Amino acid sequence: MMMNEPSLGLEAQISCRNFNFYYGKYHALKNINLDIYKRNVTAFIGPSGCGKSTLLRTFNRMYELYPEQRAVGQLLLDGKDMLARNVEANSLRARVGMVFQKPTPFPMSIRDNVAFGVGLHERLSKGEMEDRVEWALRKAALWDEVKNKLGQSGMSLSGGQQQRLCIARGIAVKPEVLLLDEPTSALDPISTMRIEELIGELKNEFTIAIVTHNMQQAARISDYTAYMYLGEMIEFGITDQIFIKPQKKATEDYITGRFG
Amino acid sequence: MELHARRKLTNRIALTLALLAMSFGLFWLFWILFTTFELGFSSLSMRLFTEMTPPPGSEGGLLNAIVGSLMLVSLATLVGTPIGILAGIYLAEYGQHTWLGRTTLFINDILLSAPSIVIGLFVYAIYVAPAGHFSGWSGVVALAMLVIPVVIRATENMLRLVPNTLREAVFALGTPKWKVITRVTLRASVAGVLTGILLAVARISGETAPLLFTALSNQFWTLDMNQPIANLPVTIFKFAMSPFKDWQDLAWAAVLLITLGVLSLNILARVLFRDKHRV
Amino acid sequence: MSSFRQGTLGDWVFLNLTRSAAIFVLLMLAGTIASLVYGAWPAIEKFGFGFLWSGEWNPPAERFGALIPIYGTLATSLVALIIAVPVSFGIALFLTEMAPVWLKRPLGIAIELLAGIPSIVYGMWGLLVFAPVFAKYAQPLLANTLGKLPVIGELFSGPGLGIGILSAAVVLAIMTIPFIASVMRDVFDVTPAMLKESAYGVGATTWEVVWNVVLPYTKVGVIGGVMLGLGRALGETMAVTFLIGNMNVFGGFSLFLPGNSIASALANEFAEAESAIYTASLIELGLILFFITFIVLSLSKLLLMQLSRQEGATT
Repeated sequence: MMMNEPSLGLEAQISCRNFNFYYGKYHALKNINLDIYKRNVTAFIGPSGCGKSTLLRTFNRMYELYPEQRAVGQLLLDGKDMLARNVEANSLRARVGMVFQKPTPFPMSIRDNVAFGVGLHERLSKGEMEDRVEWALRKAALWDEVKNKLGQSGMSLSGGQQQRLCIARGIAVKPEVLLLDEPTSALDPISTMRIEELIGELKNEFTIAIVTHNMQQAARISDYTAYMYLGEMIEFGITDQIFIKPQKKATEDYITGRFG
Repeated sequence: MELHARRKLTNRIALTLALLAMSFGLFWLFWILFTTFELGFSSLSMRLFTEMTPPPGSEGGLLNAIVGSLMLVSLATLVGTPIGILAGIYLAEYGQHTWLGRTTLFINDILLSAPSIVIGLFVYAIYVAPAGHFSGWSGVVALAMLVIPVVIRATENMLRLVPNTLREAVFALGTPKWKVITRVTLRASVAGVLTGILLAVARISGETAPLLFTALSNQFWTLDMNQPIANLPVTIFKFAMSPFKDWQDLAWAAVLLITLGVLSLNILARVLFRDKHRV
Repeated sequence: MSSFRQGTLGDWVFLNLTRSAAIFVLLMLAGTIASLVYGAWPAIEKFGFGFLWSGEWNPPAERFGALIPIYGTLATSLVALIIAVPVSFGIALFLTEMAPVWLKRPLGIAIELLAGIPSIVYGMWGLLVFAPVFAKYAQPLLANTLGKLPVIGELFSGPGLGIGILSAAVVLAIMTIPFIASVMRDVFDVTPAMLKESAYGVGATTWEVVWNVVLPYTKVGVIGGVMLGLGRALGETMAVTFLIGNMNVFGGFSLFLPGNSIASALANEFAEAESAIYTASLIELGLILFFITFIVLSLSKLLLMQLSRQEGATT
């Protein structure tokens, strides 16, 4: 596989091939083709309702919770069909983590919040688990703020801290991919900045896909950007190119603020 | 101007009537509580807790009835609560869009207000009649059937209040559904469910009608749940209707105990729920 | 791989566990109906539909008819509603529109506590405290005022004994008020604030807002609440048993007279019923009661569901 890669050493982690998605009869995603590269940040932008969150939520099969939602086409994780029947959603989700728009701490202690997902997929000794919790909290740049109160409820943290807790919880499982669904839209500017810095560090180890409505954010943190509109992938490419000289008029209108 | 004055007058009359209605409601509450406390406290003594219910015309206490009530209520809660919680989980987490879920939800709301005496008849038919005698266990079954709808309602309501984003976040870690429910969503609604259980306990503590054909009553001390068993509500029923002054006094004392118990459970339930929702 | 198995097996077990609990609830209802029909069958077979309108309740002769308990059940419940509905409306109006914020919660709790008091307490208080006062002051007053009117005067005639259909109905009303009032308060609260504010905005008085905006908007829910109260009143046992007088003979339409209700007939007679046909007749009474309350409560639930759907559609 590596042989075909360009000199940049790009390797696709997730690939969409003629991918379609339906909410009941509503055709929400139309024929999406796209590669998300390993250890890069890919941003999805576009006006509300364009399908960017919908697409992200198919990468961990979150849509399966709702019986009226349906995916058609191919979705590959490391070249293997992730929608196949014999791939169990729960083991898939161990490889593809997700962080949501609003912080979602579980009603338990900070330590248990981080350990929760790990315990589902691995059998660790108490000491190993402590190490893992610390590792994840350090990665999420939260360790110094919480190391003395690991037993306190996760709900007692501030909004920004809660969101970093959720990131720690996601990476504690050691997934390959991290999906971020507008992770800073409910946060203040300072917390947003910290999370953006964090994303810059996390991409050394994880493949990151982020949905954002904030174009500056996409420009700041992503390596690749996909512009979507009305369920279609309008343009996909290296972030700098998309923002400096987009190929399509529609993309240019959107990023220059003439539309959306 | 005259129209304006008339509208103002109508308004004033209506609001005065509303104020009167409110006072009317409170009036009864205070009257009932006042009588209960006045007559109950004057009949209160240590003998209530040390002696058995007496035969007609002699003195005694309520020990067997108190213990019997505690046993009936706690066993019924132990039997009814798990069933209620499980069914409530089904209704909120699995069954929203299924025929079974919707029908059960509807039926449950009817059972919630159905006449408890009919539940007594049912348990009589399926338990007491085949066994050939009244028993504590049949009373437990009848009371448990009253606990179940209350707990279902509370569990279902509380689980519905758990935001879907929290559920999705748990699923996103690769959690199987049963662990999502038992370890996170149920935990997030524990205060509400507990409130429901307390209200159910409060409700069955005073229930009399379903016990008339099941646990009945017993003048003597017994812990054997296969025997008819003494309990406060039926004792009150028997003693209050009697012409003996001693029995009526005991009934007032029993009424006081039940009222205090039920009201404190109600208040505890509310405090618990409010504290949780202040966070 | 082990987590795969554990996950799906656990899910399967848990789903079926919770589903059986839900099915259990349906079985409870089905079992109740089936056992009542089965138990009542001898009486249904013997008396047929005549059971419903025969006024004779004669255990020694083994002739039974449900008319008097049915009449007592309906009469007490309807009179209770006539008292409880306007009062509950007033309470709900007071709690939603008039009470200062700091009073709303304690008053709301007080009304709910009234609902929490066990019915046996109402019964004993009603018999030993309320009935004598009622006989001494209220009944002579009613007989001398309403009792003098044509037609409805009939309802308030005869000696006031303290116990009877009217006193049972009054105590039943006190017990029903909290149920109806809290439903009314809750449905009044769902009226969108914008709707009320726009009415206040054009200069409407509080009463006009409630009568012309809130009430029409919540009409369905209000009726649902009243039906819920009715359902509760029909099946109420202990309080009525203490107060209604347990008389199985029809003496006239005066509400001062003692009577009997289905629930109190069961409470008083069931454990002592000797013959099989006596027991079966009592169970048939229970079946009738269950049937009536089932319909009333279903209607109530449907109406309240309609209100929440309407609310969902407008928000």
